[in-house]
Amino acid sequence: MANSAQHRICPSSGLYFDRNAEWLMKANAVAAVVFLLIGGIYGLLVALTRWPAVHLLPADFFYEALTAHGTGILIFWVIFFEIAILYFASSTLLKVRLATPRWAWLGFALMLIGALTTQLVIMRGRSNVMFTSYVPMQAEPGFYLGLIVFAVGALIGCFVFLGTLVVARAERTYEGSVPLVTFGALTACIIAVFTIASGAIILIPTFLWSIGYISYIDPLMYKLIWWGLGHSSQQINVAAHVSVWYAIAAIVFGAKPMSEKVSRMAFLLYILFLQLASAHHLMVEPGISSEWKIFNTSYAMYLAVMASMIHGLTVPGSIEVAQRKKGFNKGLFEWLRKAPWGNPVFSGMFLSLIIFGFLGGISGVVMGVEQINLIIHNTIYVPGHFHATVAVGTTLAFMALTYFLIPTLFRRQLILPTLAKWQPYIFGIGMSILALFMMAAGTLGVSRRHWDMAFSGSALPYEYPGTAYLMMGIVGIGAMIAVVGGAAYILITVGSILFGKRVGEAEKRPAPAAPAAAATLTSYGAAGFAAPGTFALALVFLVSFVAYYFVNWKYLASVWGLS
Amino acid sequence: MGSAITPPEERVWWKHPLDRVEGTWIVLALLWSLIMFFMMPFWHVYGKQNLSNEAYRISPQKFQAKAQAMVDQYTVRTEVDGQYPVVRPPAGSDVYLIARLWQWWPILELEKDQTYRLHLSSMDWQHGFSLQPSNINIQVHPGYEIVTSVTPNRSGEYGIVCNEFCGIGHHTMVGKLYVTE
Repeated sequence: MANSAQHRICPSSGLYFDRNAEWLMKANAVAAVVFLLIGGIYGLLVALTRWPAVHLLPADFFYEALTAHGTGILIFWVIFFEIAILYFASSTLLKVRLATPRWAWLGFALMLIGALTTQLVIMRGRSNVMFTSYVPMQAEPGFYLGLIVFAVGALIGCFVFLGTLVVARAERTYEGSVPLVTFGALTACIIAVFTIASGAIILIPTFLWSIGYISYIDPLMYKLIWWGLGHSSQQINVAAHVSVWYAIAAIVFGAKPMSEKVSRMAFLLYILFLQLASAHHLMVEPGISSEWKIFNTSYAMYLAVMASMIHGLTVPGSIEVAQRKKGFNKGLFEWLRKAPWGNPVFSGMFLSLIIFGFLGGISGVVMGVEQINLIIHNTIYVPGHFHATVAVGTTLAFMALTYFLIPTLFRRQLILPTLAKWQPYIFGIGMSILALFMMAAGTLGVSRRHWDMAFSGSALPYEYPGTAYLMMGIVGIGAMIAVVGGAAYILITVGSILFGKRVGEAEKRPAPAAPAAAATLTSYGAAGFAAPGTFALALVFLVSFVAYYFVNWKYLASVWGLS
Repeated sequence: MGSAITPPEERVWWKHPLDRVEGTWIVLALLWSLIMFFMMPFWHVYGKQNLSNEAYRISPQKFQAKAQAMVDQYTVRTEVDGQYPVVRPPAGSDVYLIARLWQWWPILELEKDQTYRLHLSSMDWQHGFSLQPSNINIQVHPGYEIVTSVTPNRSGEYGIVCNEFCGIGHHTMVGKLYVTE
């Protein structure tokens, strides 16, 4: 068993921090924020180019910036942060030493070397192949090699997580089953192993092709397997940020899961079905049958969508139950009105949940319908969708968690607390505007990954309607608001870690005041529903979902006949 | 106190009865999932917009030869100083559209409410067939020929934008298509 020199108990949160795990979490979180900064700057440049009135970059640098923005955010930022979450969910939550810390450091080093390699190769300007690097377009060998090395490092991180679970079980550091958040992290880890295996299967031959060792890679086969990496890596995000939602509900409200059985079943559905979503990128490809497309794009009858709908109910539901127990029991929504909206840990998490569901979730399912994809594929609707899922859903959830980790893991007070209070709103609202208006421009046919929507220099002209230009202008404004929010996050995080006042051992935070009504309250909820407010919100969600879904079918029915 | 970051309080948590909120929501979510699932096969039977499953492996040279044969037979005029033949094949026939760096070739002229078998393939990299303003989008691969029946329902001049990134000239890759009454 670990002695006191090898771990500490956080005085404000009571959390257990193993020394090795603590340093690894810090290193991974810091690397994540650095890549968020790099990827974010490229994102700003991309947004300023797609804003028709600004059109900042020349074409070649635009495509370079777009490639770097995609890899920096979709791979490096999220996966570095997720490795930190894996160590938190294993070592800290199970109160156990981290397994094989030297391997964990090796994994970190490989991830860092790989990420920097790919980043530097992109900056040479001869690998403008986008995040997806579809063959037969070719990048420099270092582009693929960096990603492979990064993936090996991430895989080591996954196995350190699994090893830590084994150690905790063997050393009996917890009773019964692992916490729900650890279970969610395990889900993310299993999906990550699948993701990395897909990446290895496709990127290793592609690397060999780029150095001339293999002569031909089939473009359709490449796409099928590559998306096992590309989309599944975003499913790691979903499992990870849902776990973060549960964790924050527990941290801020002491919320107890409504039912362990339901939440864990929903995670199990993720493990079984979520990865099928790589099919979402192959809906209008030649040579793939409709039967295959329908089965895979629907995650086998939408069972993974059902899982997300369950998490979307149970997380706020558990908060509602906890709040009602504390006495915020009036009407449908007193629990929500009196939630700590000024605490960025809560507000970031709650915005993440709502926007992920309403914007990211609904749009994702709708554009993943085999036939509806015909009117959406490769338009800017697609990045509209995934900015709602990754930039708001995942990134904002991770930002919210950071505000909790700075005093507990880094033991520093937040600098600029007022800015921190507003940051989730600025970032969340800016990104939502961006996502929503990208979707609007996409329905007007505006293409993604495109330098000039006016097609200057083209032999044959085509002109988008004026509304499309207006939509892209609003996207630019949304992006600027989001950039302000993102910059505020980085300023607060880096500033607090470097210059924040140290949180001393003696300085215990005052425990949250116990509400007076709590003791006497014995029943809460209405009509036998423990969380009627959440249920009402869920019904609003379902009605929006159904309406938007059928609106798109109606729109599809108006275009050319295809058979 | 038990929460999501501590082990469940009840050792046999799987026997904890389902809350009514959760039970009702699971039933609703499952029903909606099944409706969405069956909408796709339903549309294959009753809907009019389904991408065909017909596709072949083909070499760029062979596809180009087929397109050239169509151009030789049915060209009615040219545009842009003779660079783009405007081809008007008979209703019901096979029509070919080549995607290459950085053009859609040739210009097709189709008749409204008539059905054509549209063949698409790329000569080099991947491209994205994006018919505007209808906003119909189909991925075009090198080495694969996709064949889908199309029935234009509105007359006028259409643009064909490339919406799969294909290098530095990507934004100049625009084609044209006419639909006549």
